[in-house]
Amino acid sequence: MSEGKEISGREIKDMKRGIILKTNAKFMVPLILLWGLYVLTHGTSGPGGGFQAGVVLAAGFILYAVVFGLKETLEIFPFRVVLVIASLGVSIYAWIGVFAIVFGGNFLEYGKIPLAHEAAESAKLGIEMVEIGIGFTVMAIMLSIFYTFVQRGD
Amino acid sequence: MIDVVHHLPILLIASGLIGAFLTPLIGLIRKELCNYWATFVTLIQFSISIALFYKVIQVGRISYWLGGWEPPWGIEYAIDILNGFVLVVVSTICLAVVIYGRKSLLKEVPEKEIQLYTLYILLCTGMLGIVITGDVFNLYVFLEISSLAAYALVAIGGRNALMASFNYMIMGTVSACFILLGIGYLYLMTGTLNMADLSRLLPPIFGRPAVMIGLILLVVGLSIKTAFFPLHTWLPDAYTYSPSAISALLSGTFTKVGVYVLIRLIYTIFGLQYFLANIDILIFLGWVASAGIVFGAIMAIAQEDFKRMLAYSSISQIGYIGLGITLANKFAIAGSLLHIFGHSLMKSGLFMVAGLVIYSKGIKRVSQLEGMGKAMPYTMAAFLIGALSMIGVPPTIGFVSKYLILLGAVERGEWAFVAIILFSSLLTAAYFWKVFEKVYFSFGDSRVEKISEKSKEGPLTMLVPALILAVLSLAGGFLAPYLIKVFELWISTIGGV
Amino acid sequence: MIDIIDMVDVILTKYNYIIYIALMTLGFYGMIGKTNLIKKLIGMSVFQYSIFLFYISIADVEGGIAPILIEREATYVNPLPHVLILTAIVVAVSTLAVGLSLVVRIYREFGSIDESKILLRLKDD
Repeated sequence: MSEGKEISGREIKDMKRGIILKTNAKFMVPLILLWGLYVLTHGTSGPGGGFQAGVVLAAGFILYAVVFGLKETLEIFPFRVVLVIASLGVSIYAWIGVFAIVFGGNFLEYGKIPLAHEAAESAKLGIEMVEIGIGFTVMAIMLSIFYTFVQRGD
Repeated sequence: MIDVVHHLPILLIASGLIGAFLTPLIGLIRKELCNYWATFVTLIQFSISIALFYKVIQVGRISYWLGGWEPPWGIEYAIDILNGFVLVVVSTICLAVVIYGRKSLLKEVPEKEIQLYTLYILLCTGMLGIVITGDVFNLYVFLEISSLAAYALVAIGGRNALMASFNYMIMGTVSACFILLGIGYLYLMTGTLNMADLSRLLPPIFGRPAVMIGLILLVVGLSIKTAFFPLHTWLPDAYTYSPSAISALLSGTFTKVGVYVLIRLIYTIFGLQYFLANIDILIFLGWVASAGIVFGAIMAIAQEDFKRMLAYSSISQIGYIGLGITLANKFAIAGSLLHIFGHSLMKSGLFMVAGLVIYSKGIKRVSQLEGMGKAMPYTMAAFLIGALSMIGVPPTIGFVSKYLILLGAVERGEWAFVAIILFSSLLTAAYFWKVFEKVYFSFGDSRVEKISEKSKEGPLTMLVPALILAVLSLAGGFLAPYLIKVFELWISTIGGV
Repeated sequence: MIDIIDMVDVILTKYNYIIYIALMTLGFYGMIGKTNLIKKLIGMSVFQYSIFLFYISIADVEGGIAPILIEREATYVNPLPHVLILTAIVVAVSTLAVGLSLVVRIYREFGSIDESKILLRLKDD
């Protein structure tokens, strides 16, 4: 395993030198994250949704990790935080479902949650909130898979 | 006021999902809390299952519409006596094993509590989901949730477990793909995924080849998950090398859930009329099951490793359940359902005993069990009861279920199957006798050392669940008449019996 | 002669089934016939995706458009199989992730990802 570690370490070092890469990444990462958030919040009225957005968001952070190094990424986004986000994201989903029960509907019957005046409108909001939960979970899981595979051997 | 009873079906699943994903957060506070949390969650699921079973006996079929969408458009959770009963079986074993696992898993796989218990709750919830759902695609999703958790849990067992888990994963994925494809064919022909709706729409198109293909794919896929004889190859390695508590859980529940889906497929989705019209399918499956009974028992006799012997014994016992299903009359079906319950109790209990022996003595081979009857009397008492029940000695539950399956075979006039059931009981006695001999009648050269060591039982949290399961499999024989009465309520609802 | 014409007819009209069966067989061969664990996983993925293609192809309606609500009247393809496959893709990705992490651990433990070598090492134990 030591061989694989050396290679990945050297690669990351090489990338640290590249000023073009860094400048580009600085420009790209916020755009990718912004695009991810756009996809996340427009899943109900157009193509998009939690899964896609989660992967796009994770891609932003992975790009950051590849260019600026794993250590720096782990500083702003430690493994523990990733785990917590993954757990909380799924919990949002489950709790929205339970809220629907509290307001007298069946599980995940979004229309019964009084988020807006109309049932259809609150159903839309409910789905969006669930999608946000899914999005953050997918992002966190993608990141944790990336971390685990890059960190192996440590 | 919220009507909690109405929402019980979804609370069963939701509590598991919330529980599983809160485990990492709890583990971040203190790792030791994970087990208590898992015990709490499975206790909730156990109570809900009991409540659901009770309610289903009282009022009949329960239907819960997810998101308020009316079936067949929405996903429906449908509970009748059959799956209410399986829910109770599964959640009982889940609860017993998690209590047993606190010490056992801590010793066998230390420092992995967070992953272990997250996956554990997910596996339990997945299995309960398979049983409770009334929608075939939802069933596939739950099947994959529980399978993925099972692969990872097997892999936690260490060096040897890795290849076992990999092979299990390859076989499991083939099986899941066949199931998905079978569902696809049924959807292609009927345009619905709801089980009740499928059973209504399928009869007019029974003659179409696509329906037949869908059925074959589903049966083959489920047979892999259930480890029916020629498709069992993943099972011995997976059960032998995974941590003992996980072997106890998987042997007691996962294969039974597969059998449940098979029963659902044959008796609810397709309906018995289809199979009685094509009786060759049932006879063929019956012969396959019988081959599995004999093969599993003979392989079990040849094994030296205690857990591997129990694993082969599982293949044999699952054959009994399969044979009962294919005989398709009142006695045989009741016997099969009872054997699902009985085998869960016995086999989980026996794996717990194997884990206890590993825990306190580090012994894995049958030949090293010499004098254990003196050294660990209570553990071996649990083993004795479980093994006697497995052989089918009255008044245990194993006796009642085998007797019922035998009666079913006699009523069908399938004398070959009668002979196989009797013969394989002998084989079962043979492989357990091998262990009895070592445990109670053989002291070997190390007699002095063994006695000076005094009795050294495992910890109480491990011993008590094993004993409770053993006592239940003994008491099950006396409870059987009541259970059979309940089963008859369900059997009377399927046509053609 | 007529039989052959019929057969060609079947092949041309039901080509989606033939493609999915071919891919499935290919994937199955990869899973069973290869000894390299990564190649087994690739075979597994091909196997899974062939079934997804089957689902997507049965959803198609001639002249149908993507099932997004538009102003004018239109024929939509059946959206349900797409949704099912979206779920199944997530399942496939999870299975692949579990498989790859298993292979990483197997490599760390045995120093090889070739099944025959690993089995030899297991025998040595």
